Amino acid sequence: MAQPELNLSPKVSDEVRKTTCYMCACRCGINVHMKDGPDGKKRVAYIEGNRDHPVNKGVLCAKGSAGIMQVNAPSRLRAPLKRVGERGSGEFEEISWDEAYAIAEGWLRPIRETDPSKLAFFTGRDQSQSFTSFWAQNFGTPNYAAHGGFCSVNMAAAGIYTMGGAFWEFGQPDWDHTKLFLLFGVAEDHDSNPIKMGLGKIKARGAKVIGVNPIRSGYNAIADEWVGITPGTDGLFILSLVHCLMKAGRIDLDYLARWTNAPVLVDKDTGLILRDGDGKELVIDRVTGEPTAFDKPGVRPDLSATHPDGHKPVLHLMAERYLSDDYAPEAVAGRCGIPAPRIRAIASELARVAFEESFELPIKWTDFRGETHETMTARPVSMHAMRGISAHANGFQTCRALHVLQILLGTVEAPGGFRFKPPYPKPSRIHPKPHCKVTPGEPLDGPHLGFVHGPEDLALREDGSPARIDKAYTWENPMSAHGLMHMVISNAHAGDPYKIDTLFMYMANMSWNSSMNTTGTMKMLTDKDENGDYVIPHIIYSDAYSSEMVAYADLILPDTTYLERHDCISLLDRPICEADAAADAIRWPVVEPDRDVKGFQSALCDLGARLGLPGFVNEDGSQRYADYGDYITNHIRRPGIGPLAGWRGNGESHGRGEANPNQIDRYIENGGFFVAHIPEGAEYMKPWNAAYQDWAVEIGLYDTVQPYLFTLYVEPMQKFRRAAEGHGPIQPPDHLRDQVARNMDPLPFWSDPAPANLAADYPITALTQRPMAMYHSWGSQNAWLRQLHGHNPLYVPTKLMRDHGLKDGDWARVTSRHGEITVPVMEMAALNENTVWTWNAIGKRKGAWALDKDAPEATKGFLLNHLIHELLPSKGDGHRWSNSDPITGQAAWFDLKVRLEKVPAPAESKPSLPPIKSPVGKGPKDLAWKVGQ
Amino acid sequence: MTQLPAQTQKKLGLVIDLDTCVGCHACVISCKGWNTENYGAPLSDQDAYGANPSGTFLNRVHSYSVQPLATSAKPHPAAQTIHFPKSCLHCEDAPCVTVCPTGASYKRTEDGIVLVNESDCIGCGLCAWACPYGARELDAAEGVMKKCTLCVDRIYNENLPEVDRTPACVRTCPAGARHFGDFADPESNVSRLTAERGGLDLMPEQGTKPVNKYLPPRPKDEMPEFDVLAPYLEPVAENPGGFIGWLDRALEKL
Repeated sequence: MAQPELNLSPKVSDEVRKTTCYMCACRCGINVHMKDGPDGKKRVAYIEGNRDHPVNKGVLCAKGSAGIMQVNAPSRLRAPLKRVGERGSGEFEEISWDEAYAIAEGWLRPIRETDPSKLAFFTGRDQSQSFTSFWAQNFGTPNYAAHGGFCSVNMAAAGIYTMGGAFWEFGQPDWDHTKLFLLFGVAEDHDSNPIKMGLGKIKARGAKVIGVNPIRSGYNAIADEWVGITPGTDGLFILSLVHCLMKAGRIDLDYLARWTNAPVLVDKDTGLILRDGDGKELVIDRVTGEPTAFDKPGVRPDLSATHPDGHKPVLHLMAERYLSDDYAPEAVAGRCGIPAPRIRAIASELARVAFEESFELPIKWTDFRGETHETMTARPVSMHAMRGISAHANGFQTCRALHVLQILLGTVEAPGGFRFKPPYPKPSRIHPKPHCKVTPGEPLDGPHLGFVHGPEDLALREDGSPARIDKAYTWENPMSAHGLMHMVISNAHAGDPYKIDTLFMYMANMSWNSSMNTTGTMKMLTDKDENGDYVIPHIIYSDAYSSEMVAYADLILPDTTYLERHDCISLLDRPICEADAAADAIRWPVVEPDRDVKGFQSALCDLGARLGLPGFVNEDGSQRYADYGDYITNHIRRPGIGPLAGWRGNGESHGRGEANPNQIDRYIENGGFFVAHIPEGAEYMKPWNAAYQDWAVEIGLYDTVQPYLFTLYVEPMQKFRRAAEGHGPIQPPDHLRDQVARNMDPLPFWSDPAPANLAADYPITALTQRPMAMYHSWGSQNAWLRQLHGHNPLYVPTKLMRDHGLKDGDWARVTSRHGEITVPVMEMAALNENTVWTWNAIGKRKGAWALDKDAPEATKGFLLNHLIHELLPSKGDGHRWSNSDPITGQAAWFDLKVRLEKVPAPAESKPSLPPIKSPVGKGPKDLAWKVGQ
Repeated sequence: MTQLPAQTQKKLGLVIDLDTCVGCHACVISCKGWNTENYGAPLSDQDAYGANPSGTFLNRVHSYSVQPLATSAKPHPAAQTIHFPKSCLHCEDAPCVTVCPTGASYKRTEDGIVLVNESDCIGCGLCAWACPYGARELDAAEGVMKKCTLCVDRIYNENLPEVDRTPACVRTCPAGARHFGDFADPESNVSRLTAERGGLDLMPEQGTKPVNKYLPPRPKDEMPEFDVLAPYLEPVAENPGGFIGWLDRALEKL
């Protein structure tokens, strides 16, 4: 039989529109292939990665390719909604935007005129924070943050305070030169495709990957060495590595002396840094033997010498602490669940690769002291970590320990190690400080979020009470750089520290997977006072989809999908830079919405104008920005600096320049993004490299050069500790003195989070991970992706399966000190023997996401969130102690301890909540989505 | 019954690197997207938002938990997780072709790609039964057999830039775990990778002579413990005082 004739060159599409993905926070470039539909309108036919894009260079993950099922999702909201039933019922009527704005204005205008702090505005998975914070600042409320407080503030803040940046948006391994990569606690991450691409490069070279994770899935599955650590003990393991390396002298002394505060003198009486008259840190100069400013040309900082008055350099204090046998592998092995010889073997491998496999790159450069170096010395060991080590009550100090380990090895900014991405490196001192001064009818006195450097920077009212509803920047958690979104509803409900009037949220599924204590949160959102009024009087929510949170709001502002909107991924915000380049990007409406919906940021432009917020009206009171696209083009943040860096002014200037009315078109012509490459010679050693510093000023990242020392010893922490010990005018309340003194340790230490979580009674740790194909849950009703991950059993290690008489498909009751759930179990061998876990946010509430009420996500899916409380168990002292890191307030949801019990199979997983009414109906039965003929 | 060509000019196929695949399913969905819009009938989904969603996929990733056996050298070997992507292997002796009663299934003489001519397919399902790999799926909406086409409508497509003339799964794979090429050419990237990394046939005992090859995972958890590496951790000091003394001497040498 003859072979059939095939058309081997069919038309691929009628047009390719290039924009930025938003199926997760990775922000890859995508080519959206459009074909003419039967009605003549162009429709999305196929999505692939953009080869020219700096983030993904053409590749695309499962979520990205499934974007086509997002833009047609039946769960898309269709119009503004006004609640007509009880809160939580899901009963709404569709209203016009005019009516929606009028309702919002009716609530917001009076509180702005009397007490703007009655508005709590929290924006979840928002990636337009430089815009939304600007709106909140203009409104005048101190109560603004996004979701970092329950995500990874510990990693970000520990990185900023220690070395001027952390991972993901801040920096990345030197994938092209690294020879050993250590990955801590990552199943999938924000940096979704770049990590996969980087691992691919490492694997292609045959270099080694060590995965430190209680669960061996995903990236850890391909790790050459797997360390199935006991959850919450990463800090102890890391400090044991530090112990081994220091004891063997396998630390980079030249690097420590030149680029870090290891040689900086610490006052023996106060623990504060010794400084000269200009406020510059003092070191002892090895040439003169005299105390000298750290940055004096020609200075050779001494790591060894002690000041004549007995003040010691930081490295002495580190030796005194970390050479202690408390950190010896034998001392930590049991708690970490890692045999001592294996800890030594890993320390040894770090030492061998960092120092024996080092090499020189022929890059000539000049440092900030004016010394020129002919080459750059590689330390080809790199690391990455994120939520797994962050989301513990000891997370900040654990993240600090990890950054300190990298610095001791001299890998940060060295070839083969960790490389910052512009606008980082950026020392903590040049970040804003938090602002909280409220004036009725006026904007706030400055940006909400920032970095504190001592008690005087806390967000406290004159009477010492918290200025913010989430109690960020208080003695409970002084360095809460991302706020505490997870405490907002609980605090607002308790009226602690005060009551609010309107809760306004965006992209935050608080009545489901974005809260600890989900059932309790639903109750707090629906509770009424003695007058029959809701305890939280008004709730406005914006989302593109019919998520679980929609039912708990009074007014819904329907957002668009990511293919229907303008966005900027801005250098002012959370940019997409690479280690070799500054970069930013846009989204633009590659399809027009077919519903009465509006990008949330455009709605804020309208609402801001209606409220007369100064940043949102012209001098004559008219609306300043027609929509978000207009804002992106025309907003000026500082002279010459706007949301987008490319093609400013007449289109020829980059970084700095006046607004360019054609800027967005230039981005579209360029594939949706802008890249400015770091000049030759400036690619590494950036915090100290004069060529980089000059370029950063030129392009507008800094206003002046900002060389700095890495801070192994974090002086601001010592300032808080001093206050707790009774020094200074701003004092913590007595019940917090011990906590502050213990935790605000300027050198990393490890504390055990288990006792506070009653581990004696609940001995098993319960974790969640995000599947790679659904990282970030806002897409898990996606018709294609839910076929990959429509079920989430509780994965149980072999030993616990046997101990509890369980086999695959059995059900178990999982109990914590807060609650219980009943769920299906499945055995997993490659798992820490005392840890259970499940995929996060697969479980859905009946009625949400346009799913059938019998969807497995609703009948067998479940959340661990029901087991986690936002507060620690009562200590009987009358205080509410939050289940958070006492330094940053990061939600400690990986500290969850449970016990298991086999139970007969119920009809559905428990708790089984009643269905909510869907405001969008149900999805179609079958799909065969072909756009072309 | 349908005949296979005696030989093909090229042997196009995939190398799938199991040491690098992280199980992200990027290939699965990229394939679904391209092949829904392109060759033949769309890949449909039944009960897409319901209790038993089930759709047609030409490529799926399975995950396996593996517990290596204990040995005297390694009494407690760590368990492993393996991600295993699977699609049609475009066998040289493809039983799915010879079993086809209508000639709808065929192997192309020029490049060895196994395809289904949907207009001749009666949806009898014999080929899916004959395939030992479970690589074919009957589309429930269209009633025709669907399978990996190796993106035959991409790899020669003159409407695509040359660099994009690869299967969608290969183009999209973030970790670079999938490679496309001609196994008939010993110098091709896929032939070289197979030779260098010991590429394997899947289930060779079935006698299907699959064209696609799998690169096995490299040995895991082999790090030698302490003794071999001892020189790197030899103490310079036992206490902080000794450490400071060592610092002074070490700094002199810098």
